[in-house]
Parts: sequence; C-alpha cells; structure tokens
Amino acid sequence: MSIHTDRITRRFGAHTALADVGLHVATGELVALLGPSGSGKTTLLRIIAGLQQPDSGRVLFHGADATHVPVGERRVGFVFQHYALFRHLSVFENVAFGLRVRPRKCRPADGEIRERVDALLARVQLEGLGARYPHQLSGGQRQRVALARALAVEPRVLLLDEPFGALDAQVRKELRAWLRSLHDEMQLTSVFVTHDQEEALEIADRVVVMNDGRIEQVGTPGELLASPASDFVAKFLGRPRAVRELTAA
Amino acid sequence: MAHALRRPSVLPGFNLALGFTLVYISMIVLVPLAAVVVKTTALTLSQFWDTVTSPRVMASYRLTFGASLIAALLNTVFGLALAWVLERYEFAGKRVVDALVDLPFALPTAVAGIALTAIYAGNGWIGQFLEPLGVKVAYTPVGVLIALVFIGLPFVVRTVQPVLHDFEAELEEAAATLGANRWHVFVRVILPALAPALLTGFTLAFARAVGEYGSVIFIAGNVPMVSEITPLIIVTKLEQFDYAGATAVASVMLLVSFALILAINGLQSWNRRRYTRTH
Amino acid sequence: MESQTLYPHPLSAPVTGGERPQSAARRVTSPTTESALVRRVLIGVALGYFAALVLVPLVAVFVEALKKGFEFYVESLREPDALEAIRLTLTMALIAVPVNLVFGVAAAWAIAKFEFRGKSLLVSFIDLPFAVSPVIAGLVYVLMFGLQGWLGPWLAAHGIKIIFALPGLALATLFVTVPYIARELIPLMEAQGTDEEEAALVLGASGWQTFFRVTLPNIKWALVYGAILCNARAMGEFGAVSVVSGHIRGATNTMPLHVEILYNEYNFAAAFAVASLLALLAIVTLVLKSVVERRAHGAHAR
Repeated sequence: MSIHTDRITRRFGAHTALADVGLHVATGELVALLGPSGSGKTTLLRIIAGLQQPDSGRVLFHGADATHVPVGERRVGFVFQHYALFRHLSVFENVAFGLRVRPRKCRPADGEIRERVDALLARVQLEGLGARYPHQLSGGQRQRVALARALAVEPRVLLLDEPFGALDAQVRKELRAWLRSLHDEMQLTSVFVTHDQEEALEIADRVVVMNDGRIEQVGTPGELLASPASDFVAKFLGRPRAVRELTAA
Repeated sequence: MAHALRRPSVLPGFNLALGFTLVYISMIVLVPLAAVVVKTTALTLSQFWDTVTSPRVMASYRLTFGASLIAALLNTVFGLALAWVLERYEFAGKRVVDALVDLPFALPTAVAGIALTAIYAGNGWIGQFLEPLGVKVAYTPVGVLIALVFIGLPFVVRTVQPVLHDFEAELEEAAATLGANRWHVFVRVILPALAPALLTGFTLAFARAVGEYGSVIFIAGNVPMVSEITPLIIVTKLEQFDYAGATAVASVMLLVSFALILAINGLQSWNRRRYTRTH
Repeated sequence: MESQTLYPHPLSAPVTGGERPQSAARRVTSPTTESALVRRVLIGVALGYFAALVLVPLVAVFVEALKKGFEFYVESLREPDALEAIRLTLTMALIAVPVNLVFGVAAAWAIAKFEFRGKSLLVSFIDLPFAVSPVIAGLVYVLMFGLQGWLGPWLAAHGIKIIFALPGLALATLFVTVPYIARELIPLMEAQGTDEEEAALVLGASGWQTFFRVTLPNIKWALVYGAILCNARAMGEFGAVSVVSGHIRGATNTMPLHVEILYNEYNFAAAFAVASLLALLAIVTLVLKSVVERRAHGAHAR
C-alpha cells in the first residue's frame, strides 16, 4: 500500500506547520520523518492518519484520494508517542478493542478474537501478559502492546509517532531492530517520526529530513550521508556514527 | 486558523455537547438572571438609587459585607492552621477531622442554622459560658458572624491543603541550611508559596458568605438596622410583593457576585501558573 | 496516613505514603519541622476552632432531636407532613442528579476536549451559581413565572402552576446545582487529554463507542463523586426553594423548609428530629465521598 501526499499545507494561526509538502512512500518501505521539534513531522504523520486535516493538499492511499476519509475508515495503524493505552482495559482488551468495536456483521466471533489477540501478543513477545493492566507494564512492554493493538485491525499502513521517545537507551536499541524485522515479516508500509538521526539512519529504507514545515531532503541513509543537500541536513545529521564512535573511543 | 471559532479536532460530538450546554445554561441560569436586569429597568434611576441606598438596606450591606469579610479573614488564619495540622502532623482522629472539614458543604444550611442557634443561645452549650462574660452571640451580629464562619470553614483548608502537600521539602531544607530559623522559613519561604491558594480560599469563603441565607436567619434575630442581612431584605420585600424593590437590591448583590466570580477565576489561573512554575 | 508514627510527618513525605527513604533519617531533629510545644499548640488551636464550629453543632442536632425521647422522635418523622416533605426532597434529588449528570458530561466534553473561543466565559457561567445568593436563585424564577412575572399571567390563564409548586422547586434546585458535576469532570478530563479517544477512533470506533468504552470508564469515579455532592445540595437546599415554595404544608415543603416551619412554631424537638435526618444525609455524603476519593485515587495511581 503506497502513501502519497500531494502539496499538503497546514497552518496554526500565523505559524505554518507544513508548506506544500509532497512525499511518496512506496509499498513495503520503512520511511523515517526526521527533524527537530516544530519541524512539522508529527503534523504530517497525523494528517496521513486522518487525525488532522490539511488546509490544502491531498493524501492518497494506493492512488485513491483519502483526504476526506474519516480516521476510523482509513485502516491505518497508529502508535502514539505516549502509547495512549486504555488504562481501564487489560492488555488483552486493549489489543482486542479494534475488533470489538466493529459493526456486528463484520465483527469476528469471540473465539476468533481470542485467537488473533493471542497470536499478536505472541508476535510482540507478550504471551501470558494479557490479563495485566497498562500500569503494570514496563515502558518497552507498553510500547509493544501499542504496536499489537495497532496491528490487530490489519492496517494497510503503520504510522508511529516517536515510537522510542519515552524509552531508555538500552530498550530503544533492542526495539529498533525488532521493529525493523517486524516490518519486514509483516510486509507493512511504515512511516515513523523521530528526532534521533541515529535511529532514522539505522533502520529506515529512506529518510525524510524536515525543517520548518518543509522537506529538506529525501534519500537513503547512504545518500544523505554522502551528499547532504543543504547545510541544515549536514548539520542535523552530524558526522557519521562510525566516525563519532571512533572519536568517542 | 486564527479566525475559526474552534480548533478543528477529530473527536466527534462538539456541536451536540456545546449546543446542549449552551441551551441548558441559558435556560436555567442566564435568561433567569437577565430577568433581574430587565425588571430593574422598571424603576427610574432615582427610584432605584433610593431603594438600594435606603438606611435599612445600607445597614444590611454593612452587616453582610462586614461580617463576611471578618468571617473570611478568620477562616483564612484558622483554615491555614487546620490545613497545616492535617497535612503535617499526626494525631488521633485525624482522618475523621479531615473528612468532617467538608461538613459545612454537606450539611443543609437550615440544619446548621438551628444547631448553631441552639449551641450559642444564652442557655446553650457554649452560649452559657459566653453570656456571663457579656458576650451575646445568638440574635446579634456576632451570631451572623458565627454562621458565616461555619459555612466558610472548608474553603481555605481545601485550597491550601494540596499546595502544602506538594510543597518541596528541599526549599525548606535549603532555607534551613542558609541559617534561617523556623519562623523565617515559614514567613519567607512557605507563606509566599501559599499566598495564591490562601487568597483564592479567602475569596471563595467571602463569596459564599455574602450570599448566605439559610444558616444565618435562625441565629441572627433579624432585627432591622442591626442584624438583618441583605438576602433577607430581598426575601422580605418579595413577601410584601415589592418585586421591584427586591430586584433592585438583588441586582446590587448580583453585581458583587459577578465581580467575585471573575476575581476567583483570575486567582485560580494565577494559582495554577504559580503552582506549575515551582515544578 | 497509614503509618502511625509518633513523630510529625517528614515534610517530603506525601500523606498517602511515607515511604520516601530519606525521610526516616531525619525525624526527631528535622530542621524542617516545629518544636513539640508549637506543634501541640497549633493542633490545639486548630482542633478547638474545628470543634466549636463543626463538631459541637453536629452532635447538638442529634442530642436536641432525642430530647423528648425516642418515641417522640419517631413520631415526628412519621407524621404525614414530615413524610410528604421527605418524599418531596427525594423527588428534588431524583430530578437534579440525572439532569446534572447529562449536563455535566456534555459541558465537560465540550470544554475539556476541544479548544474554542469564549471557553473561559462559559466556565464562568457554569461557576456562577456558586457565587449567586440562593435567594436570588429563587427570585429569578418568581420574576419569570410568578403572577407578576413575564410569563405569569399566561401561565395562570392556562392553569399551569410553576411558582409555589413542584416545577418551581425543581428549577430553583437545578439552578443551585449547575456547577457540581461539571466542575468535577472538567479538570479531570482536561488532564486526561484526548490521546485515548484518538486511539479509539483510529481503531475504527464510532463516536458513541469511543465515549462509552473509553471516556466514561475513565471518568466514572469523578461522576460518582459529583453526583454525591449534587445530591447533597439538591436535598439540602434552603434559600432558593424557600423563595419559590410558598411554604404550603404537606405540598411544597421540602425537608429543610419543614425544619424551618417546625422551628418557628417552637416545636424544637420535632424540628431537630427532621434536621437529624438531613444531618445523617450529610454524614453519609462525607463517608461516601471519602470512599470514592480513595477509590479514585487508587484508579489514578495505577
């Protein structure tokens, strides 16, 4: 499922959050939106999800205009920065939520819901934790519940807002590699927002560098490091990781 | 989108919820209050002025606002003491006291009125000890004061308690390491931090006291020019079918209420800002 | 509060659990508490003030109520006018609580979950009944629906009675209870934000599904809490209903008004008997309130 944004503009009062942003994400790609805070990356992600509306421009899913499709009908998986788990529901019920709220005629039977949720919990390595509540989990576990919940509705695209932002360094590194393999295994089309260049360069197929509501450069990690298109990109990416690690050692 | 009336949101139900809220609040509160303003215009300006400044009404303002002010001040001082004791010390029955602080919110005012009268009358449990000292409480302005102190008691306690609860001990420790004694720490470190909450509680207690009726009329004796509160003047005028007069006095009180609500909202947002800044 | 120490609570320790590790180290000689004498004086002063104003009156209600013996007490409550007053008071609560539940949720949804112009003004309007004298709350309805009021003559011509009848009492009660539930919900729903609702919508939930499955479970304790306070005010209101009631015995007298009538007839023991029921209501309200506070705190902590 490809994603295409066509000249998206979004203003908040006098501030322009996004100006004429056009972006293409091919089916099966894992793309990072990278930029400092206030660069418009989260706004772009939320517009793709349907959580916000652009002032002008279009969002297309696989070539079809989805700009005015309500958020619940877009079949996107969205992982919130602070997970937004339902605090009054168990892990199991959190994951089952998207199935349970379907209209009766397309709602799976209880047995099927159970099977699918259990399978998802296994996939995110949370077997046996279905009866726990969000507050009884670690940050990394919550993150994985949020992912399982998003995947339960079999989304066409997976959108993640700072997926590792609230985790400590060690857990971040583990989850990064795990997210990449999950993306490959499930053959998803994924977009994630981050302000951490290392994270973006390490796992994304392509990185979109954003600044001040505009796209500065789009390219593979290799392309960006080899030939940054602007001073901003060069500064923001900094020296390659390998070099930094050498000097740090 | 500076021109939009509301910031767009993906959540549904805004129009329904706001529409219902506006219709309800208009029907129950705003339109009826507007009736006061409209009815007041039935009087000429000089009639209005004569009504709201007649000696008996003036005396009632002095009593209502004066007693409310003193009651709120008393509650600020003793409310702070109660909040302090409840937050920082341990003593038997603390939980019960903490729960009972809200009694003046929960106890119907008429019940409070007759109970206070029974206690503070000349032969009452407490009144019998005060009478020999020449202090008459029931059926005097002091009785009005007692009733207003009662109904205003929870406000300062409840606004100060959370601030005291979350007060950073490091600030006091820092002051102590700098050589300040306990009194200095209290006056220079703790009190300034509590000031917005104290002021909010004071204003809430004052606002409540100004309009209070039920608990006061039993203990006040209601002697014109001496122990007659302004809300009672409104009721008396109504009972004499002097609607215009009742409305005129009510409009003066409404004006005060509006001013107090604005002050309270201002204070509370100041409180919040102040409070979050220390974090 | 659980840990009963002889020493004053260390300042850093929250009341709900003094388990901060460093607190144990500086108990007795803490530089951040007062001397034993000051503590004792403060406790004495604060509790003396509290007792003279709150505790003694509460006890007095029950003592006065039973002054003429238990039989007289029961008789005062079983007398037809008293029963009618109890029935009317319960009716007031049955009207005010459900109406304010709906209003409170609607107002809080609009105010807490959306940004719009004039919001703080709307909040002030909701607060207004807190600051307006209950007497004025009654007066406004007399001005609108009384015989000399705007709609009075028309209503009289059509045989509709609002003032000196149940609708007037209900309106006055609704006026004074407007803020109770809305004001409990607004800060809580603001603090909870809109993340969970957005997550529900992305997962395909409808608006009502989002409300009933996500929002409502998160605010249920605040709703109960507000309903308890609203109920107490509805049943105990005096000034506002006094103005619109006309004091018709056995017809438009709520319990607080019945107390007043008995008291003015010098039937003190009967007045205090009815009053003691209302005092019981207040005590039950406070107990329920503490229970809900603890529950809500527990729900919040997890």
